[in-house]
Amino acid sequence: MKADVGAPVVKSGLGELLRLPPFGRKLGGVAEYVVIPALALLASLVLFGIFVAAFGKNPLDLYFYMYQGAFGTWFSWQNTLTRAAPLILTALCTALPAQLGMVIIGGEGALLIGALCATSAALALPAAPPLVVDLAMALAGMAGGGLWIMLSGALRQFRGVNETISSLLLVYIALAILNFLVEGPMRDPTSLNKPSTPEIGAANMIGSIPGTDVHWGLAFGIIAAALSYILIYHTVFGFAARVAGGNIRAAKVVGLSVGKLILIICFLAGAAAGLAGMMEVAAVQGRTNANLAAGYGFAGILVAFLARQNPLAVIPVAVLLGGIGASGGLLQRRLGLPDASVLVLQGMIFVMVLASDSLYGRLSFLKGKS
Amino acid sequence: MAAPGDIGLWTVPLAVLGGAVRVSTPFLFVSLGECITERSGRINLGLEGTLVMGAMAGYGVSYLTGSPWLGVLAAGIAGAGMGALHAGICGLPRVNDIAVGIALMLFGVGLAFYLGKPLIEPTAPRLPSIDFGWWSDIPQLRAALRINVLFLLGVALAPILVWALRTTRWGLIIRTAGESADAALAMGYSVNMIRLRATMFGGFLAGIGGSFLSLFYPGSWNEGLSSGQGITAVALVIFARWNPMLCLGASLLFGGAAALGPALQSVGFSHGYHLFNAAPYILTLLIMIATCSPKRTLVGAPAELSITR
Amino acid sequence: MTFDKLSRRHLLQGTAALTLGTALPLRGAFAADTTVGFIYVGSRDDYGYNQAHAAGAAALKKMPGIKVVEEEKVPETDAVEKTMESMINLDGATLLFPTSFGYYNPHMLKMATKFPKLRFEHCGGLWSEKDPKNAGSYFGYIDEAQHVSGIVAGTMSKSGKLGFVAAKPIPQVLRNINAFTLGAKLANPKVTTQVIFTGDWSMPVKEAEATNSLIDQGVDVLTCHVDGPKTVVENAARRGAMVCGYHVNQSVLAPQAYLTGAEWNWEVLYPRFVKMFTSGETIPNFYRGGLKEELVKVSPYGPMVSEAAKKKADEVKAALMAGSYVIFKGPIVDNKGATVIAAGVSRGQTDPELEKMSYLVEGVIGATS
Repeated sequence: MKADVGAPVVKSGLGELLRLPPFGRKLGGVAEYVVIPALALLASLVLFGIFVAAFGKNPLDLYFYMYQGAFGTWFSWQNTLTRAAPLILTALCTALPAQLGMVIIGGEGALLIGALCATSAALALPAAPPLVVDLAMALAGMAGGGLWIMLSGALRQFRGVNETISSLLLVYIALAILNFLVEGPMRDPTSLNKPSTPEIGAANMIGSIPGTDVHWGLAFGIIAAALSYILIYHTVFGFAARVAGGNIRAAKVVGLSVGKLILIICFLAGAAAGLAGMMEVAAVQGRTNANLAAGYGFAGILVAFLARQNPLAVIPVAVLLGGIGASGGLLQRRLGLPDASVLVLQGMIFVMVLASDSLYGRLSFLKGKS
Repeated sequence: MAAPGDIGLWTVPLAVLGGAVRVSTPFLFVSLGECITERSGRINLGLEGTLVMGAMAGYGVSYLTGSPWLGVLAAGIAGAGMGALHAGICGLPRVNDIAVGIALMLFGVGLAFYLGKPLIEPTAPRLPSIDFGWWSDIPQLRAALRINVLFLLGVALAPILVWALRTTRWGLIIRTAGESADAALAMGYSVNMIRLRATMFGGFLAGIGGSFLSLFYPGSWNEGLSSGQGITAVALVIFARWNPMLCLGASLLFGGAAALGPALQSVGFSHGYHLFNAAPYILTLLIMIATCSPKRTLVGAPAELSITR
Repeated sequence: MTFDKLSRRHLLQGTAALTLGTALPLRGAFAADTTVGFIYVGSRDDYGYNQAHAAGAAALKKMPGIKVVEEEKVPETDAVEKTMESMINLDGATLLFPTSFGYYNPHMLKMATKFPKLRFEHCGGLWSEKDPKNAGSYFGYIDEAQHVSGIVAGTMSKSGKLGFVAAKPIPQVLRNINAFTLGAKLANPKVTTQVIFTGDWSMPVKEAEATNSLIDQGVDVLTCHVDGPKTVVENAARRGAMVCGYHVNQSVLAPQAYLTGAEWNWEVLYPRFVKMFTSGETIPNFYRGGLKEELVKVSPYGPMVSEAAKKKADEVKAALMAGSYVIFKGPIVDNKGATVIAAGVSRGQTDPELEKMSYLVEGVIGATS
């Protein structure tokens, strides 16, 4: 096949139609990152529809209820956004270390430790004005979560312990610490049948974004994601991290302090999850108890991977997953589908998106590069 | 007042022994299977989903056919199927096997819960156990030594796998694929096919491990059956340096540690039981810290394994 | 095959529904029926806590003019708030039963304040005057049934050692353990109850380990307070021990070993509540009751239960039904030697002190922390 030097390499169909100029070529490359996951999403929805049809349900009803439950009404949107809020932050806990090539799945643990630290901060400042308390809670939560994941990073850097394993083990350990403290030293004696810490006080609770039922954690998550994106893609530090992630030996040869990079990134990752924990306490529960271990950390891992570890892409993916979770209730009540069907769908989407990885650079009509 | 059969504090080591046997079996099977898979150069984090699918399939088939052994077989087949799915997707270019593993973990668990809804109430026939303590009068010792055949199979499998990896042709092929994909290609083998088979084998064993949970101990199907056992077993493989005999040791250690909490409470030591329940995880972490070193992060790791690159 | 169902008619119906649905926000509000919403924290068929509530919901489905919507596996986070709101907005639910303990504060209270015209009934919560008037909490004194179970267990036990697998040391659980033990001591004053706390409501492997550890210690009758007693019942029966059930009747799982059990009787209470609701009567905000009010019941006796055990148990059961029996009657000493209920003091079931129970009575081996 002859390649005409200088002529745009577009094959047929959409490409020709658009007659991509150089700018369009670049757009075609970016379009890949949107179109291919979208195709994967569509394919998984179709597959899921076939799956439920095999059990006697009408897939069209399924799609209708999924839409209605996730995005159909203003209430559904709020439901979706409420679920998405913690996911953005916990996804950053996986997405940030991924830039360094590390796979950290300890967001759940960092969230719990962050919640415990935040609650302790609030209880230690009973007379302070709400703004001070909330600020202290946020700092404590971020510090606690940050140190927890930094521990995993340090173990990797100084003892060579695989960070995936250590971060996972730390989740179970954090859960045990949570239960121990909440039922023991930090227990509120009046929280009889639901062991909890004392409440942080209604005055200190963070409210909802005006006009909605969604708490401010969503805004903080979006800000954190945006800041992370800027950090990773538009600062020298982020560049250094990506270099180290690509090839550690090259990074060391160039003189980058890989150890410092690992520790700082892990701290930031844990801080994000810790902030999510603090928001759960300050905006939802008002105290710390076993309810905080609701799987937000694990869902965050899924969001990060689906967003290909891109901090900005985490936002729409979190909303998508929030929507799926939001529609789950309607699927149960209207179609009689068990709660597990949401898990099946999430798994299918994830599998399809990953399988579609192989399509990058192969879809001819999007080919913009020569 | 010591009633007959009251052995006081000896209950704790006996319980740890019994627990080491009882609780370790699923860890044993999953880690042995994952050992082979990782030796071929692929990491399968989806074994949690495979474990639960195996448990559900085993329970369902045992209930429908009345034979627990058919259930075990069905569980293995279901596990092999999940393994094939994993290998199939990872075989596509540019796909990250860690991510696929997490995806299949979700999918497998969701599918198992979905299909297993009607299985929560009925009782399926269980696997039998062999009474190795028939010589003893002490009921606790007899109970600890009531060992299931699957455990014995697992214990036998560990040295067999060591031998197979070292001396047989298939062992060599798997190890080559794990150390250098190019070398395997040069030998004329399709690396993807090798890994497919290794992952299916790993899935088969993981499915059997799952069937142990639902068909023997605790012996019933419900949605809380596995609490991260599949993924901890993957940790055990790394911890055991990809050596099947060390996988056996690690599983026993883990199982014994898991039995420690309830055993201590039964002799009256209840303080801080949450922390004792976390004992297996703390222990694994401590041992990993002690045995790893920054210079040789993953000694013995198959070079093709994505977590080492 | 089921694919036949995807006929053209269905396709047209589906598309029509799609377009209509987006236009009508209040789809599904049925005018004549009363819609009752049930929310479960776990799976409806867990052979335990949630199944008991589902049985109550099933009783409601048989009532004319009542429509029931259920959702399971809803976590105790703001997700349950959204579930309740969804049931209210989309299903037109006017009476809601969030059945898990952790739903009460803050989630159900928030919803009750937001929808003052609807009714929220919570199982296990402690309603007080500060809480909204349209919220209520109900609970059954299942410790009465555990007391009767204890009598049977104490009579039947040959070793004099009983076992109790419990989730967490919270007042409702401790009350069950104590009532069980006090009942057993009526039959055999030297009996002991060994408690093992697993740490959470549903941990099958830990529950199985706990059962085995207890039996290794010489225990021959067990009971439990976990969300899904199936594991304990089956494993106890396998080791040759006897077992008393909890939440629902598990005799099917261990026909020989099952002695009796403490069950909820929501199938009687929920229709009672719904009738009150539909007729405009106010349901009392703080509703409690035991065997007498039919909120709880004792399982039928199993084949192994001796005549002596049945006689003693029936005697006490009758006294409880008549309302003339007090379980927590002083003097009661805890297992550390302190007197927790002084001589001459009788704490009846509705005594609020009992809701704060934090001790284990003498005869119980174990600690609350």
